[in-house]
Amino acid sequence: MTPKQPLLVLEDLHVYYGAIWAIKGINLTVNEGEIVSLIGANGAGKSTTLRAISGIVRGSSGRILFQGEDITRIPAHEIVKLGIAQVPEGRRVFANLTVFENLELGAFIRKDKKEVKKDLDYVFTRFPRLWERKNQVAGTLSGGEQQMLAIGRALMTRPRLLLLDEPSMGLAPLLVKEIFAIIREINGDGTTILLVEQNARMALQIADRAYVLETGRIVLEGQAQELAECDEVKKAYLGG
Amino acid sequence: MQEFFQQLLNGLSLGSIYALIAVGYTMVYGIIQLINFAHGDVLMVGAYVGLGMALAGFGLVPSILVAMLVCAVLGVVLERVAYRPLRNASRLAALTSAIGASLFLEYGMMAVFSPRTRSYPVLLPDKIYNFYGIRIATKDFLILGTTLVLVVFLQYIVYRTKTGKAMRAVSFDKDAARLMGINVDSTIAVTFALGSALAAAAGVLIGIYFNAVYPLMGLMPGLKAFVAAVLGGIGNIPGAMVGGILLGMTEALVSGYGGSMFRDAVAFAILILILLVKPTGLLGTRVEEKV
Repeated sequence: MTPKQPLLVLEDLHVYYGAIWAIKGINLTVNEGEIVSLIGANGAGKSTTLRAISGIVRGSSGRILFQGEDITRIPAHEIVKLGIAQVPEGRRVFANLTVFENLELGAFIRKDKKEVKKDLDYVFTRFPRLWERKNQVAGTLSGGEQQMLAIGRALMTRPRLLLLDEPSMGLAPLLVKEIFAIIREINGDGTTILLVEQNARMALQIADRAYVLETGRIVLEGQAQELAECDEVKKAYLGG
Repeated sequence: MQEFFQQLLNGLSLGSIYALIAVGYTMVYGIIQLINFAHGDVLMVGAYVGLGMALAGFGLVPSILVAMLVCAVLGVVLERVAYRPLRNASRLAALTSAIGASLFLEYGMMAVFSPRTRSYPVLLPDKIYNFYGIRIATKDFLILGTTLVLVVFLQYIVYRTKTGKAMRAVSFDKDAARLMGINVDSTIAVTFALGSALAAAAGVLIGIYFNAVYPLMGLMPGLKAFVAAVLGGIGNIPGAMVGGILLGMTEALVSGYGGSMFRDAVAFAILILILLVKPTGLLGTRVEEKV
């Protein structure tokens, strides 16, 4: 096996929200083809990290490298074009638009119509529910369907790296399982994944490697399996 | 009865103009939650540009188109200079800036072109047609026709083009739109351009309809269109059209049946009433977020 190439590298990244120091110098690497989980409690800075990678918030110092290129100062709408998509926390589907229009917006940056069509088919095969509801306004979907739509929409950008922010939030356990199975499949199809989760058990099960974030700092990192067996993690995140 | 339909027709003409202006208000509000109080003054600038074209010997259509083009640029500049720097400031700051921009345009125009009232040269044969006792002037045809064409054009842009889809996405959720690769700043600029172009067309129509062009001419139509936008549900494009037509008809009926002194009072009473009873307007709805 060839050594994995780092796809995304965060170097000593600091992020402030106004006066609040949300991210206090984190270093993180996601290699090509991996699923990496970022776990931690509410307010640890998980979402902020993803928002910084996508360019929605700006780091105050440090660097973000994607495929070796410094993307720290690139505007959010340009970062998508480089191949980083995000499924934001709370899904954030365009509730006033139809399911189909939401997916079309995912392909907003693309001009390769034939390939877009192919990806639409891919998304609809992956999520048959979305096909059934393609002309329905997204606001009328259930929480689980909205999550599928948010993932489908992100896939339509044809990302190399998919950032997922709390995909299990507010979903029934059965749906959570389904969503995680889908994440695994998407990864199997060649998309690298950085996953943020409060549901640490699921996040560690699915991931190759993981980082534990506490109040803006990475306190633990390693193989996901090892972390799942580590006492500190068990006590703090897996309920003993 | 005939009188009633005559007033409805008059109201339809006036209401169409309100609708054109209201759409611009509502689009801008929908995308950045700002009441663009300079919108009425963009209309005024449009009326002047159209007048200049007409005086230079151009016909009706080129006059309207050039006015629209100039005002589209004006709208973009306005957004860039007066609103974008305040995008993350409090809403009150942006509103104050809007009022400043409005005063700048009004009194700038007075300083440059004097406050004198001017009138359009004759661009249309001033004929009156009679349909079963209802009098329809060429002006009415012009207004209804122009409005119809522009409304269809706008609907096409908003619901059938990529830019329109981006506008709707940005108005719903800016960060999510960014994550789709949409350039939020340029989408907002396009919204201003479109709204201002429609206002310019309305400006030329008002200039012809009332035969008066002066620096403060945008004030009252601007306020009325604001009422229309709120009546229909601010942020809602079809709502602004419905609100505009309803308001125009109400005003015409009030004037037609001897209450012309109360015409404006009725318009603003509607504003108060709608804010008290149904602040989301006739067609406005709240979209609930599911967790």
